[in-house]
Amino acid sequence: MEILMAIVIGILFTSAVYLMLSKSLLRIIIGTGLLSHGAHLLILTMGGLKRGSVPILGEHAKSYVDPIPQALILTAIVISFGVTSFFLVLAYRAYQELGTDNMDQMRGTESND
Amino acid sequence: MINLLILPIIIPLFTAIFLIFLTKYVMVQRWVSTISLLGTISSAFILLHTVHQDGIQTLNLGSWPAPFGITLVSDMLSALLVTTASVIALCCLIYSFKSIGEGRERYYYYAVFQFLLVGINGAFTTGDIFNLFVFFEVMLMSSYVLLVIGGTKIQLRESIKYILVNVISSALFVITVAYLYSVVGSLNMADISVRISQIHQPGIITVIAILFLIVFGLKGAIFPLYFWLPGSYYAPPAPILAMFGALLTKVGVYSILRTYTLFFYHDPGYTHQILGVLAVLTIIAGIIGAIAFWDVKKIIIYNIIIAVGVITFGISVMTKESLTGSVFYLIHDMIMKAALFLLVGIITTIAGTSNLRKISGLIKFYPALGWIFFIASLSLAGIPPLSGFVGKLLIVKGGFEEHQYVGAAVVLMSSLFVLYSVIKIFLNGFWGKPLDELKDSRAPIKMMIAPAAFLLAIAIFYGLGSEYVYSYISQASDVLTNPAIYIDAVLKE
Repeated sequence: MEILMAIVIGILFTSAVYLMLSKSLLRIIIGTGLLSHGAHLLILTMGGLKRGSVPILGEHAKSYVDPIPQALILTAIVISFGVTSFFLVLAYRAYQELGTDNMDQMRGTESND
Repeated sequence: MINLLILPIIIPLFTAIFLIFLTKYVMVQRWVSTISLLGTISSAFILLHTVHQDGIQTLNLGSWPAPFGITLVSDMLSALLVTTASVIALCCLIYSFKSIGEGRERYYYYAVFQFLLVGINGAFTTGDIFNLFVFFEVMLMSSYVLLVIGGTKIQLRESIKYILVNVISSALFVITVAYLYSVVGSLNMADISVRISQIHQPGIITVIAILFLIVFGLKGAIFPLYFWLPGSYYAPPAPILAMFGALLTKVGVYSILRTYTLFFYHDPGYTHQILGVLAVLTIIAGIIGAIAFWDVKKIIIYNIIIAVGVITFGISVMTKESLTGSVFYLIHDMIMKAALFLLVGIITTIAGTSNLRKISGLIKFYPALGWIFFIASLSLAGIPPLSGFVGKLLIVKGGFEEHQYVGAAVVLMSSLFVLYSVIKIFLNGFWGKPLDELKDSRAPIKMMIAPAAFLLAIAIFYGLGSEYVYSYISQASDVLTNPAIYIDAVLKE
């Protein structure tokens, strides 16, 4: 199961890198979304995908899945939500002010100022 | 008091929350943030004194025993860095009263400023690797806002790049923590160190070490991961730039210092050699930038990269002497970079441009500014009685003793180029024929020059009183050379 997940996460990272190297700002942001998906799935996978009950004590199971990676993911998810929403608003604002979403035209040279 | 080491984090945090409600009252905001920073500084100094007297302070949050809860650890290194960061923050804050402008002040500038300090002090104090990630994010998120606040075109453009780079490096940080967790099964830094030494650092841990180097190298701007820094740091106004230049990259450097002395010290032939080579290349890349540009801001920005290289070279040598030198130089560099960026901010305010070819003869109308800048330049280059000397001396000495002649020679050479690059600003900007427009535009710079002069006075004291400071710094490097001290303090029975 972990091997399958590793391959899937690898595909997510590949797509994220491909999208982040493109010219359009919106594609780059979609790329960061895929990157954080990959990272979160990686925490889950690296914590181990052994069979066990959900980590609620009321279940009275013999074994539970590891609760730490889930807590880490939850933290990482809300952080990346915050950053992504800021990034999206920044992209919107930059589109209004600079009038472009092409990263090639956002170089810091004299002619672009 | 057991909660002492949390005060430098909690005071700015509560101040920031309080300031959110006061955005309309600029004067109140200024007073509240100044008083709270004075409180932060005094608690940091008390912490420094306590660590000096009684050794490493630890605090298990929620009274959970060490590997299971989050532990805050304040050893001498982090106490020193917290104190330095708080003092620099106060100077940047006082500088921003005159320079930042009411438009920004009304839109949560001081609140975000305090949140930045929360992130920095937290990152220096934490003893948990995932908590370090969270404090990194607190710091980065505030730095995004500070970079873009005001919303001019250059700020919008550069913060897109800055955010993208940091989103990628944060994802890499999460990935690296996931790998480390799957190998050692712990997040507490002392516990991770114990477990790595039990398995004698197999190949996978070395890979994780290099991944950490990439993550923290992206934050701390080492070669070849420094490409984002010159553009991004060029955008924000002077006090924000001074906070960034003095503190943000140094958090990355601190994290390299911590992980490479606490976790990955078993295979230094591989990991520390890579670090050494990258450090030398970082110095060279910084030198090329610093002598190439005729822009006041760009020159100092590339000097950050040189300093990061010098410090990481000291880390890569891994002897007691070179680590002491690195800590010495780290604190010197934080103070000096803040002072220089504040001075550069004043110069650009007076001249109305940062292009060095268009500035000349400032010394006729601003003699105090000129001589302060001159002393700051000498101090940055490491002229003996001033602050940069002892750190570099120890780093070079450590390098020669470990037969790393090339690296040590590059560190020595770098001083020459640093001196050239800042004296270029002094000779071209302050000497020469005074510009005509300077005569009537006597910019009111008293309030702005005071914090810079104060920082410089600290730097001079730091250089002259290095005998006194040494007892603190050598206590910091004791922990770095002997991780058992750190581990025993955290995982005490």
